[in-house]
Amino acid sequence: MSRYSRHIVLSEIGQAGQDKLSNAKVLVVGAGGLGCPVLQYLTAAGIGTLGVIDHDLVETSNLQRQILFGTSSIGLNKAIAAKARLEDLNPTIDIQAYPKKLTHLNALALFEKYDIIVDGTDNFTTRYLINDAAILKNKPIVYGAIYKFEGQVSVFNYENGPSYRCLFPTFPKEGSVTNCSEVGVLGVLPGIIGSMQANEVIKMVLGFANVLSGKLFCYNSRNSETVILNISKLDSAFQKVRDGRDTFENDTPEDICESPVAEVSAEMAFQLDNVQFIDLREQDEKPSVDISNCIQIPLNNLEKRLDEIHSEKKIVLFCQTEIRSKKGVTLLQNHNFKNCYSLKGGALAILNLKN
Amino acid sequence: MNLTIKYFGLLAEITQCNEEVIEFSESSISEVLEVLYNKYPNLRDKDFQVAQQLEIISKDSIVSATEIALLPPFSGG
Repeated sequence: MSRYSRHIVLSEIGQAGQDKLSNAKVLVVGAGGLGCPVLQYLTAAGIGTLGVIDHDLVETSNLQRQILFGTSSIGLNKAIAAKARLEDLNPTIDIQAYPKKLTHLNALALFEKYDIIVDGTDNFTTRYLINDAAILKNKPIVYGAIYKFEGQVSVFNYENGPSYRCLFPTFPKEGSVTNCSEVGVLGVLPGIIGSMQANEVIKMVLGFANVLSGKLFCYNSRNSETVILNISKLDSAFQKVRDGRDTFENDTPEDICESPVAEVSAEMAFQLDNVQFIDLREQDEKPSVDISNCIQIPLNNLEKRLDEIHSEKKIVLFCQTEIRSKKGVTLLQNHNFKNCYSLKGGALAILNLKN
Repeated sequence: MNLTIKYFGLLAEITQCNEEVIEFSESSISEVLEVLYNKYPNLRDKDFQVAQQLEIISKDSIVSATEIALLPPFSGG
């Protein structure tokens, strides 16, 4: 029984449509309230290459709405945790996790690799960055945003349509900026808005008409009111971004092709279950750290002593300043260890926590 | 004329309503907004766009319909 039989049976999709989904490459920026449902539905739909970028770690208060995660995800980087859950949902697609922040240094190179960008972020700085990078790289954005009980969905930069800056040309003043931890949010709301974003992605990939380009879908979850507003394209909004191209290109782009290194804080590391700590320092290095579930393997010997590492556990590597622990994570990942983390702050962070 | 004003997001918290009908003699959107700012002083420093007849319009526009909406940017996700 084909995994996608329920799509294929629809005459509007068929095998040809499913093949389009398999060939699509979609980057989801943010694996939070919006990102979680988007990622789940795009994975289920068989989007062939899915990227997820997020530098944040899963916290308990996220689980009220970020339903891709579970208790076992707490303390883990969201992109890495998302990939692990999504691979179980659909092991046939390619999922790339980037456990880092999207910045002007890495955005252009990253966007280059994908066809569609999904904005699942929670701050204006990144939203404007996504807009500008997408214009420079000529990629459409599927936008979603929420506030308490209300949500917005639109598609920007698609087939000559308007951009985010056509809607909101200027960065909001101080005092207009809030996030969900400050004002709160109805948990199910990002589920609704994120699912709608996933729907727009799928419509775009399938070439369906009536994509929300040039249209802002506004939804109020308390009174169920919806309204679709028309957005006009402002050529000046595009020109302003293109005129600023040199600012992007002056910075040396990070090499986002290198293996991403996930990090975990000391506080989070000790809340994880099923952990193995590995001290990558030499025997005589100070300060000494005495914790359970820990073995000492100097980095130079790591590759020879892989059999001492429990691949089914979460592996937390530490050293002094993270230079060795990041290398250690990359080395282990190259040997197919899945859940590896570099401890932020190294040995000192452990001692500070324990004291 | 009677104008229905719809408020989205945090603007609805400032005005304590999602929508209201107000009698206006003003003919431009910016004049209408000035009346609203006097009624709700906390609106004045907030960023928002204005929509009329389901179109996002410039605040310099003339009032040409019986309903306008004030739309602040949302950042949550």
